[in-house]
Amino acid sequence: MQLTEKHNEYWRRNLKYTAVLLAVWFLVTFVVAWYARELNTITFFGWPLGFWFSAQGSLAIYVAIIGIYAVLMKKLDKEYNVDEGDLE
Amino acid sequence: MSTQAFSHKTFKSNLTKYYTFYTGGFIVFLIALAIAEQLGTSRQWIGYWFLFATIGLYAGIGIMSRTADVAEYYVAGRRVPAFFNGMATGADWMSAASFIGMAGTLFLAGYDGLAWVMGWTGGYCLVALFLAPYLRKFGQFTIPDFLAERYGGNIVRTIGIISAVVCSFVYVVAQIYGVGLITSRFTGLEFGVGVFVGLAGILVCSMLGGMKAVTWTQVAQYIILIIAYLTPVVWLGMKHTGIPVPQIAYGYTLQKVTELEKKITADPKEQEVRKIFADRAKAATAALASPAQAHADGKAKVDSTLADLKATGAPADKIAAAEKAVAAYPRDVTAAQAQWKRETGLAARAAPPRPHAQAFPGKDEAAQANARLNFIGIVFCMMFGTAALPHILMRYYTTPSVQEARVSVFWSLFFIFMLYFTAPCLAVLAKYDMFSNLVGSSFATLPAWAAAWAKVDPTLLNITDVNMDGIVQWAEVVIGGDLIVLATPEIAGLPYVVSGLVAAGGLAAALSTADGLLLTIANALSHDLYYKMIDPNASTTKRVTISKGLLVVVAIVAAYVTSLKPGDILFLVGAAFSLAASAFFPPLVAGVFWKRANKWGAIIGMAAGLGVCVYYMLRTYPFFTNMGVPKMDLWFGLSPVSAGMFGLPVGLLTIIVVSLLTAPPSRKVQELVEHVRYPHLKGDTLVSEGR
Repeated sequence: MQLTEKHNEYWRRNLKYTAVLLAVWFLVTFVVAWYARELNTITFFGWPLGFWFSAQGSLAIYVAIIGIYAVLMKKLDKEYNVDEGDLE
Repeated sequence: MSTQAFSHKTFKSNLTKYYTFYTGGFIVFLIALAIAEQLGTSRQWIGYWFLFATIGLYAGIGIMSRTADVAEYYVAGRRVPAFFNGMATGADWMSAASFIGMAGTLFLAGYDGLAWVMGWTGGYCLVALFLAPYLRKFGQFTIPDFLAERYGGNIVRTIGIISAVVCSFVYVVAQIYGVGLITSRFTGLEFGVGVFVGLAGILVCSMLGGMKAVTWTQVAQYIILIIAYLTPVVWLGMKHTGIPVPQIAYGYTLQKVTELEKKITADPKEQEVRKIFADRAKAATAALASPAQAHADGKAKVDSTLADLKATGAPADKIAAAEKAVAAYPRDVTAAQAQWKRETGLAARAAPPRPHAQAFPGKDEAAQANARLNFIGIVFCMMFGTAALPHILMRYYTTPSVQEARVSVFWSLFFIFMLYFTAPCLAVLAKYDMFSNLVGSSFATLPAWAAAWAKVDPTLLNITDVNMDGIVQWAEVVIGGDLIVLATPEIAGLPYVVSGLVAAGGLAAALSTADGLLLTIANALSHDLYYKMIDPNASTTKRVTISKGLLVVVAIVAAYVTSLKPGDILFLVGAAFSLAASAFFPPLVAGVFWKRANKWGAIIGMAAGLGVCVYYMLRTYPFFTNMGVPKMDLWFGLSPVSAGMFGLPVGLLTIIVVSLLTAPPSRKVQELVEHVRYPHLKGDTLVSEGR
């Protein structure tokens, strides 16, 4: 079937969400790990900050990234009328 | 949906009811066993109770879920609610290595061990953003299915089948090994018998009901494994941090650990022990330089000591000790060389404790930069490997809708997070406990758990009074990583029933992962190879029957390979991730996000990614180079486990270049891509629920 301009817009917005969330993922993974020694000089509730990120901060942010994506996409599906309808 | 009368709401509320009841029942079972222990039931019987009750339970769920329906067998009827699929994925994901090994790795490696924790959780972001919703919309049965449909042709499917079988098989061997280890440790059965008891447990779960049975047993297994993991940690946390959620408060415990590390590094008694090890290592190195001479000298020395003692009429016990030394002295030069080689290893024990919180320790800037690069390498390969392992991706075929698949990845990572953010906490708490209670205690009055474990298994805990002062120094303690989780209940002072619970949790972790992996292998062979390529006219009954038969065959082959005890399992697991990342990730993601990606791009891309990955491992990993493969230098100093860091980019680049050089895919394929990108399109002619 032929996609309308609205469909393309839906996909572009999906890509935008994906890119932003991926950037956050990259930041709390690779940037944080790369600068772990520098971050470790800061103390955060007893933890050296670099250690804290790798041991739980980044992990919690991963959970949040996935949760936010699910919520955003549910809204987007409805807005562009490509949602599957509610489960009975 | 498949049946008109089926209601997702009722189904979900029934499931919630069943599993709440089940969790309550399990807790009652624990309390009953705790009472039985107080009344004098032996430890061995508690071990048996846990082993047979939990396996019996899984078997019961497996038998109740038996089915011959194709959609039920391969994808659990596509009606698993997000929350429950999350639990099942959690159990599927967390293996014996996560449950038993992870905290130990963190205990030994400190910060650098966190690479595994990050890698094995962050990968789910990639699953959520790049794969799960699109695979769900595609709605077939296996991962090779998607590759074949998207890129067309049996070559792609064949490469898909081979990659899926290889990574899953390597991984399943490690799981069965874990099953054998746990059953033998906690019941006293032999390792080989333990493997087959566990195997029976795996088969009753998966054979009769396929994905349907595996899903519902995995939910049950998750509940057991998380209770088992958290209980002792909460207890130990109460002891050291004063609150029942030590995960949010162990930062201060970590500070104390760092203080104690400094104390241990500076302590003169500790230094004395480390010097003894350094001297012994140095002496061994010197002896290895001229072995014949050193062997003769050493022999003369023990002989003359004995002669002197006898001549001077020394006490009997001293003479006996000297006689023992003569008897124990290596007979010939070869035996002596082997002993000296082992002794040179003591140099490692001459080092002060590795600072737990310090990132990338190393003697100079270059060594530290290398440690950092390898940290990044492991994180990278584990993440992209996570997002490419077929047994995990397959789980997202089982949800009722695309949106449920998205939510389900959230629950998956949430349930995995529960364990993975506890493991670093456990490592710190255990270290603090040992630094403050074990170190400095006298050999006559060791903490009870230490005395017990040192006797049971010297590979896990070995304490010898090296400097003969009667006091434990940290340098005198050798710890095997697996000890941390296994001994935590005793360190925390909990009754034996909790140790049994931990064993049951480890067993649940190993069984659930093994189930998912075996099913993936059997499905790749029965669905992709047999049905799609050999006999497309096979009836549904025949397909399911063949899959069940294959499951048994694969399980037995895997158990046989396990019983040979193949070497370095941790490397094999890491290698499976690197291979999966190199082979699967690029074509899967390009398949959804780039319409222009075509058949030849995928074929050559997968081959190139896999090729580079395998080549790097072959040329650099000692296991292969010792077999005669010409050795080469590491690229950028990156260890062989992280071969995916080269394989994945090469694979991705090749797909792009080759696709652009060859004709674009047909209109039909492009429509398929559009079809998977939208959860629901009005007037879409492609069918989505699977055939």
